[in-house]
Amino acid sequence: MAQTTTSKSGAHGVHAAHEAHHDHHELGFMSKYIFSSDHKVIGIQYGVTALIFLLFGFFLVGCMRWQLAYPGRAIPMIGGFLELLLGKDMAAGGIMQGDLYNAFGAMHGTIMVFLAIVPLAFGAFGNFVTPLQIGAPDMAFPRLNMASYHFYFFGGIVMFASFFIPGGAARSGWTSYSPLATTAQFGQAFNGQTAWLIGMVLLITSSLLGAVNFITTIIQLRTKGMSWMRMPFFVWAQFVTAFLLLLAFPPLEAAGILQLMDNVFHTSFFLPTGLVVNGAQLPVSGGGSPLLWQHLFWFLGHPEVYVLILPAMGIVSEVIANNTRKPLWGYKSMVYASICIGFLSFIVWAHHMYLTGMGTKISTFFQTTTMMISIPSVIILTALFISLWGGSIRFNTASLFALAFLPMFGIGGLTGLPLGFNASDIYLHDSYYVIGHFHYVVAPGTIFGLFAGIYFWYPKATGRFLNETLGKIHFWGSLVCMNLVFAPMFIQGFKGMSRRMYDGGATYFLETDPTALKLNIYITHSAIALGVFQLPFIWNFFASLFVGRKVTNDNPWDATTLDWATPTPPPHGNFLREPVVYRGPYEYSVPGAAKDFTPQNQPT
Amino acid sequence: MEIPYTDKARPDTGLYNAKVGIWLFLASEIMLFGALFSSYIMLRVGAAAGVWPAVKLAWPHHLLNVPIGTFNTAVLITSSVTVVMAWASLKMNNFRRFRMFMVITILCAFAFLGIKSYEYNEKFTHYELRLKDGKAMTGHLEVNGKHPGFWSPSDLWNLPRLTSSNVTEVKFVADPMEGHGGHANHEEMTVKVDEISHLDAFIPRNHTFFAIYFTITALHGLHVLGGALVLAYFTFPGAGMWKTNPEQFTNRIEVGGLFWHFVDLVWIFLFPVVYLL
Repeated sequence: MAQTTTSKSGAHGVHAAHEAHHDHHELGFMSKYIFSSDHKVIGIQYGVTALIFLLFGFFLVGCMRWQLAYPGRAIPMIGGFLELLLGKDMAAGGIMQGDLYNAFGAMHGTIMVFLAIVPLAFGAFGNFVTPLQIGAPDMAFPRLNMASYHFYFFGGIVMFASFFIPGGAARSGWTSYSPLATTAQFGQAFNGQTAWLIGMVLLITSSLLGAVNFITTIIQLRTKGMSWMRMPFFVWAQFVTAFLLLLAFPPLEAAGILQLMDNVFHTSFFLPTGLVVNGAQLPVSGGGSPLLWQHLFWFLGHPEVYVLILPAMGIVSEVIANNTRKPLWGYKSMVYASICIGFLSFIVWAHHMYLTGMGTKISTFFQTTTMMISIPSVIILTALFISLWGGSIRFNTASLFALAFLPMFGIGGLTGLPLGFNASDIYLHDSYYVIGHFHYVVAPGTIFGLFAGIYFWYPKATGRFLNETLGKIHFWGSLVCMNLVFAPMFIQGFKGMSRRMYDGGATYFLETDPTALKLNIYITHSAIALGVFQLPFIWNFFASLFVGRKVTNDNPWDATTLDWATPTPPPHGNFLREPVVYRGPYEYSVPGAAKDFTPQNQPT
Repeated sequence: MEIPYTDKARPDTGLYNAKVGIWLFLASEIMLFGALFSSYIMLRVGAAAGVWPAVKLAWPHHLLNVPIGTFNTAVLITSSVTVVMAWASLKMNNFRRFRMFMVITILCAFAFLGIKSYEYNEKFTHYELRLKDGKAMTGHLEVNGKHPGFWSPSDLWNLPRLTSSNVTEVKFVADPMEGHGGHANHEEMTVKVDEISHLDAFIPRNHTFFAIYFTITALHGLHVLGGALVLAYFTFPGAGMWKTNPEQFTNRIEVGGLFWHFVDLVWIFLFPVVYLL
């Protein structure tokens, strides 16, 4: 085995790694990049696919925003293309039609949640970083890991292809509430909703395989000395996330199967007796329960929120500890808080259903648990804020994104409180306020956390840095535009604008309050600007592979965790020899130490 | 570096990787079937009175064949015992005995599926009939001198199909009604199609009970099939590992057996819920 742990550069690094690992034969292109069972390659596959879906989801909402700002006006440039691709029913004369608006709305939510954010946060970062941070050679079940990506990929293909089947993609919201989801295209044997359900079953299978694999890996493959309380917070966040996916997704799979039965075999699981559609009674037996779908959906849907946020918190914690050169304040309370979040997230789901008439006693119960779950979230956020205190902060791009995450997620979280109280929710429910709230959590919250992670681990994955100047343009542009997009939505929500209006509320507000409509125009322009500010990132992401500044050291950020103790990029099998852990994860600026960081594998 | 603990147990957890994996997988399976059972409860509790008019019940019950279901339960429990015996045989280093017990297990699995499809067939050929004068009954249908079966969808009849096929009358052998003093007479009658207000077989769309019954049992059946195929793989083409890595092979059988017990356990809950209650 080669003695050096410091490889010079990207291409050389790979080469050196292969030499170092000479018992491992050279792989062909297919088995190296397409059918790879290496957790790092799978992580990158997840990451690139998810980023493409992120862009696609943004494109969908871009078209919707145009329709909201300028109802009934053809979408410039894209409109004609949409008409060509999807037909006159969907985009006659380049004008977005109602059905298309509904389809784009439903698919924007689905794609962003299930095909972009979760795969990026869990599939990409979880896969790439978790085994490295616990000192494992790979995931516990590498081939399951590969299957997990392939299921995800096929799920994505099915979702994408559903735009082009007759009648278009699913159009009943990302929540697919029955009976609407079943009756919207009743009688069409294979419709967008059916495709949605098949796609979801594939995505759920992918998540389950991933979750089993992650938990097993973290329990079984921690290296020598890596006790539970020496695990980086990122690993804890992934661990709890994996449990949420493992236990919350199967009920949605059950719900999906039942709705598939409703759509294809005309059962009535979610269809009540005497349902009349278009003036005719539906030829089904009835006797089902629309509320049942909502219960099953939100039993996943709420833990899913924490699936979105926990990995981002994990990434932000790593980046903040590294860039403040200080240990995380309250590491243990953060760990316990994330476990609490995990448990509580299973008993808050019905706060999405206050207006369904399920009863005030049940509403009160879920209001109480909802207020309880905000406590551990606040503990984590507070610990991260206090971690900044007295640090000498390095303001690189990764650090900026992580720092911006804190107030942005704070806004998202705090604006959720009025929605958790069932009295104030009666007014705010289904308004733009809700949209503003959860986008603050996910867009400038989670996505900023993910960007921080990309800028932070890119040098480890590729051997080159991302460009800092482009990164800062990306950061400041995104930060300003995100706020210009989402903050006005709170105002629109207070004014009572429904989130489902195809004309942006024109019919509702034109007489009473035209200022709310002006906001639509501002938001749309900000959204376009937000898209423009992603261009430097896209360029940076690909160009830096070839022209980025080379990494001269395996640990370019002077970090303490084991992911930086590997060669760059890490070879198959990750570590040249089995690492041994002697200390906790965040020994920064330890008084009396030789340097301001003491890696976990440095012997005492 | 190789992945550790693929065959040996990790000292501090006492488990090898696959065993942790299968327990986690089973936890997710419990959530899957748990959601379906919960749906069953919610649908049954919320069922409106008289939705299924043939028996004037909110929720049709006692429609399934209990003796056959009991026999099938016994078949599945037997297979659960033999799969443990197979694993124990490997631990005692007796490959021939292992193979014998595995073959019994797999045969039990297919026997279970065969019996289940016989039961499905019974339901698909059983009809609910409502007449315009308010009479309602269940029984067997004869159209054009043939008793429709299950194996081809063209055998499935309902009112719109009778009308569009220009069938004017059908024969109907009604089931003995409850409360007739135990006279188990099957009443055969001829029914004119224009007197019928509703006709449908005992298929998922007929009633939410059949919908959930077929969905859960079919999903369970898929688990039986999948489990049987994996066990069959271990018994024949995959058995070569016994020569190269007996420890990991034994672990595989243990993990497969755990899944098999789970499949059995789901049925232990399913049987009373849909057959007896």
